Amino acid sequence: MREITYLEAIREAMQQMMRINPDVYLIGEDVAEYGGAFGVSVGMLEEFGKERIRNTPISEDAVIGVATGSAVTGMRPIAEIMFSDFITIAMDEIANQAAKIRYMFGGKAKVPLVIRTAGGGGTGAAAQHSQSLEALIAHIPGLKVVMPSCPYDAKGLLIAAINDDNPVIFIEHKLLYKNKRYIQHVPEEIYEIPLGKGDIKRDGKDVTIVATSFMVKKCLEVSEQLKTDYAIDCEVIDPRTIRPLDIDLILESVKKTSRLICVEEACGFGGFMGEVAAQVAEYGFDYLDAPIIRITGRNCPVPYSLVLENEMIPNHERIKKGILDLLRKN
Amino acid sequence: MKNFLIIDGHKIKDSYWELEKSLMIEMLQKMYEIRFFEGETEQFIIKGQIHGTCHLYVGEEATAVGAIYASEKKDYITSTHRGHGHCIAKGGDLKLMMAELLGKATGYCKGKGGSMHIADVTSGNLGANGIVGGSIDIATGAALTCKMKEKDKIVLCFFGDGAANRGNFHGSLNMASIWNLPIIYICENNQYGMSTPIKEAFNIKRISDRKCAYNIEGLTIDGNNLVEVYNTIKHFSEYCRSGKGPVLVECLTYRWKGHSKSDAQVYRSKEEVKEWMEKDPIIRYETFLIENGVLSKQEAIEVKEKAIKAIEEAVSFAEDSPFPDPSTVEEDVYA
Repeated sequence: MREITYLEAIREAMQQMMRINPDVYLIGEDVAEYGGAFGVSVGMLEEFGKERIRNTPISEDAVIGVATGSAVTGMRPIAEIMFSDFITIAMDEIANQAAKIRYMFGGKAKVPLVIRTAGGGGTGAAAQHSQSLEALIAHIPGLKVVMPSCPYDAKGLLIAAINDDNPVIFIEHKLLYKNKRYIQHVPEEIYEIPLGKGDIKRDGKDVTIVATSFMVKKCLEVSEQLKTDYAIDCEVIDPRTIRPLDIDLILESVKKTSRLICVEEACGFGGFMGEVAAQVAEYGFDYLDAPIIRITGRNCPVPYSLVLENEMIPNHERIKKGILDLLRKN
Repeated sequence: MKNFLIIDGHKIKDSYWELEKSLMIEMLQKMYEIRFFEGETEQFIIKGQIHGTCHLYVGEEATAVGAIYASEKKDYITSTHRGHGHCIAKGGDLKLMMAELLGKATGYCKGKGGSMHIADVTSGNLGANGIVGGSIDIATGAALTCKMKEKDKIVLCFFGDGAANRGNFHGSLNMASIWNLPIIYICENNQYGMSTPIKEAFNIKRISDRKCAYNIEGLTIDGNNLVEVYNTIKHFSEYCRSGKGPVLVECLTYRWKGHSKSDAQVYRSKEEVKEWMEKDPIIRYETFLIENGVLSKQEAIEVKEKAIKAIEEAVSFAEDSPFPDPSTVEEDVYA
């Protein structure tokens, strides 16, 4: 069975969808000859040509506005925003236009738009190229937000996103793109993973860990250590799409483990895991034997120095300590 | 009649006289419909029956009507927060429009959009927009669809002088130029961005001079002269449709009413308003039709009465319509 990287899975999803649907095209800065800043679309220009692998000037606002306008009129654009930090430049187009067109027009329009963007830190790129802004966009009704943590999910979720008639923000993680450690078997055929369906990445009975994107990988690694060193059995849940949110899957798990730890890379204040914690408190309070714990990015911009960046973004030690504290094993 | 006109230095075919007489008269009626629709809307505002705000198009009717009648039914338009005129000119249903303003379930957007979000995508009206300049890049995207897929269509993108200073104006015109998109950017220069006069917002005499920055065609015309608007847009819609790329047309006009319902208009003089009201685009066009023997004075009165009747019917429909069921509030968020 072939195993491919996260980046290759994303590229394959785009290629296969572009082959079967002429309305699908890729638009963004440096997506053509360069293949995108991270190389996701390398080779696609040769197959699909410059009309459908459309390089743009550096105008993120207009890129998203143009993609939105073409989506409303029948195309299915995939717009690449190089770094997720730059979605703020296109925030009018995302928050005021794409997200709201359908509702404002009384349900008489659809916006089949995918915005692919690279999020997260750990690359030493500092405050303007490392953010995790998912909460900012997930807050806005009308948008769907997807954060795949592995190649299999990335392909199936991106295909579902392209087929979806709503604007979908698809946040990829830079540390997953080419990492051979996380290669995985990915079917060659086209398949969809429904948006709004989470996945249990590791079965366990002692504590439920909800994590997104690259944090899923860290939590899985910590879970193995805790199994070996402390015989603690963690259940790791990856919601995969943070809006719509598969809260039922999380509640089911909490019902079993009675403990919840939420792990996210973003700054904690106002973050997405606050929503998860709130919903579990609202709908699953009786299942809980302990307070809900959040392990999040520290409440500061992402710093440059490796030492500081490691402090800002949840690392293995911090996650491990959080779990041990919750289970009173320290 | 002359075959060609010189409009702002451009040799433009005088297509107006190729029109069917009925269409010449229909344009007058559309202008009256806009005028009276806005009149009724203002009354609703005064009576407190409009829940939100409205931005009235009174005084600018020739721009929307002349431009949209010069395009084809299949073409796309995008509109602005001052959008009633574009919607009516595009053939929008007055009843559904008025019902929307009153927040009724029968409105264009089921009461979810209101004045600033009326759209009718199936007829090519991609909507009013509450964000100044918010539709410039959406229109450009529609033009990309025209280029990639719906190759016989073009886009008319309406926006005001204020929107010409938004960042996406630059991003969009630049992209339209490099990709040679079939779109006419129609800047309705009504002299004020809310209260700010153009001289405080621009250090250029003509907004159409910005064409140079994008190496595209552009010109400034009298937006209160329906025939000039029609001929110019007709000329450039053929230009766009034949693949020659985007155009920037500045239409000089004036809004008679305040920016919105809460505007005390302290920033302009009564004399200035009066001066522009003397350039009333409707009286000018009606006089033109009568002087050219297209219409008799009596027929002009009938056109006006027809428009009044259409608005009265729209008002009755809107008033008699039910409000939306509160339980529908979370419907239509997602497809």
